[in-house]
Amino acid sequence: MSALQFIEGPLFYFAAAVFLLGAFWRVFGIIKIGRKKDISPPKGSAVGGFIKGNLRHFVPRGLFARRTWLHVLGGYSFHLGLFVLFFFGAFHIKFIDQYLGLSWQALPRWGFLIAAEIAFAGLIVLWVRRISDPVMRLITHKSDHIGTWLTFLVMLTGCFALQQSHDMLKLVHMLFVDIWLIYFPFGRLMHAFTFFLSRGNSGATYGRKGINL
Amino acid sequence: MTEKADIAVAKFLEHTDAEAASFFDACVRCGECAEACHFFLSTKDPHFTPTYKLEPMRRAYARDKAPFSGLKKAIGLAPKPVTEEELVEWGPLVYDSCNMCGRCTLVCPMGIDIAGTIRKMREGYAAAGLAPEGLERSVEFVKKTSSPMGVTLKALEAQIKHQEKECGIPIEIDKQGADYMAIFSSMEIMGYPEVLGAYAKLFKKAGVSWTISSVAYEATNVGVQIGDGPLAKEIVKRVVDAAEALEVKHVISPECGHAYGAIRWAGPNMMGRQFKFEVVHIIELLDKLRREGKIPPGKKDGRKITLHDPCQIIRRGGLLKEPRSLLDDSCDNFVEMKYAGLTNFCCGGGGGVSANPRAKDLQTKAFSRKMGQLDAIKDLEAIVVPCGNCRTVFEDGLDEYESDYEVLGLSELVAQTLAE
Repeated sequence: MSALQFIEGPLFYFAAAVFLLGAFWRVFGIIKIGRKKDISPPKGSAVGGFIKGNLRHFVPRGLFARRTWLHVLGGYSFHLGLFVLFFFGAFHIKFIDQYLGLSWQALPRWGFLIAAEIAFAGLIVLWVRRISDPVMRLITHKSDHIGTWLTFLVMLTGCFALQQSHDMLKLVHMLFVDIWLIYFPFGRLMHAFTFFLSRGNSGATYGRKGINL
Repeated sequence: MTEKADIAVAKFLEHTDAEAASFFDACVRCGECAEACHFFLSTKDPHFTPTYKLEPMRRAYARDKAPFSGLKKAIGLAPKPVTEEELVEWGPLVYDSCNMCGRCTLVCPMGIDIAGTIRKMREGYAAAGLAPEGLERSVEFVKKTSSPMGVTLKALEAQIKHQEKECGIPIEIDKQGADYMAIFSSMEIMGYPEVLGAYAKLFKKAGVSWTISSVAYEATNVGVQIGDGPLAKEIVKRVVDAAEALEVKHVISPECGHAYGAIRWAGPNMMGRQFKFEVVHIIELLDKLRREGKIPPGKKDGRKITLHDPCQIIRRGGLLKEPRSLLDDSCDNFVEMKYAGLTNFCCGGGGGVSANPRAKDLQTKAFSRKMGQLDAIKDLEAIVVPCGNCRTVFEDGLDEYESDYEVLGLSELVAQTLAE
């Protein structure tokens, strides 16, 4: 078995299993802590609030966005760029098809490159802000840097592997993908799954009180 | 860890429910919450970043309760234990620079309720005896007299007598079977007693019966402010017992933010049951009576007036439209300030900050945001502040910044502009 076969084969299966089971365990672990049932007479719907809270926080409030525009711009650029890269990159679709038997229309190469540039720009803006802003420097944990750098390296090696000119480039990309997947459930990257609980919990509280956020 | 740190951490963990855990695990350390916090905005001190204020509790959770905490501890990757020195260092962040106003939740991309989590964190501080001295003094007063300012029944009766004379309407104490039982904040009873006369005038006009309990007239819940769950429950229980003994249909929460949240939303949860009466906020009640035509508006106040939104009544209480509707009926020239409504700035004194002498300078700095909002309104003459505590903070703040806007309570304004 070659190194690439190992990284794309057993190591990838292991990494994917850690990712799926770990992420599930972390979300389940939070939910199973439980919370006391709120018995105050409600004025509105907690379920409606849970959903609304999740949707409302996607859209920054105008008066705050004026103060936090750099973060909003960086955040949206990175996340949307990454979403497009991951789900509409031709090689990713081929990879998913290989394992799950599902495929869909890929972006043309120029579209992939634009999405990559937007994602890189967003990630770099977020990281530069993290190391330069006094507030960010104070509140940043190691996990924030590790998550950022791993994601950056996955994206960067992915771009190098784009040409498929050398197996080594693909190997390095897949190795970082495996590391990223294994790290994911244990660090800050988990916000991709925990955000709905956080937004939903606050939204439910507001919803019960009949507050129209 | 020392004994105090042990007690605090045990309470942090006890109060880290699935909601708080989701907040800790979702925070991406983006720092946007700082941009919503009046303490950060008025000082630019990064330590006042709201999510940073939660750090000891988050760390206790990450070390001892979070998923994978056991694994991380076993391989030496768990965070360090929280020490008493750190808790003492964080004290001013937990008590002096957070009004639990909840503005930060609105800007947070993860929707984290930092205010509610600070409330839980204070349980650890109070249990470990690490709460500020000023608030501890209020607790002593409450234990002796039921009031954080030491307002006795005798003092209340004197104020009632005076107001009866002023408005010519009797105010009955302990009236069995009344429709409404009113409770007040100490600040209202001693500082703004005209609110008693306003209630008398408004309820007489509306034709509803009301009373004040001789044993449960105090609404302020210092237990909620300091983070003492058992005390908070005792204060709520006193009101519940009195209201149920008098067999009233409703209890009126006064123009006081935390008092409303304590009895309306937290109260039944503290007591472990629903009440035999309904809790209604005075603003909610006056708006309802007005819509029913029972307290019709008369001659409007012609001054240029704006409205301050007390956080626990508006942003965290949901009574956004009611005060505006009442003001539209009562004023000719009502104008909104910038950020009005859900996103309005706190006065800087809520959540026990105004009862904490250690926080005085910080509170005055934070009030500069409010001054900015007021000064931006050309020719402003008066501000309606429907919260007794905010009202005192406004009066102090306006004095500090040498400003002479008049500060009014909403009930008094509605009573003053009532049709003859």
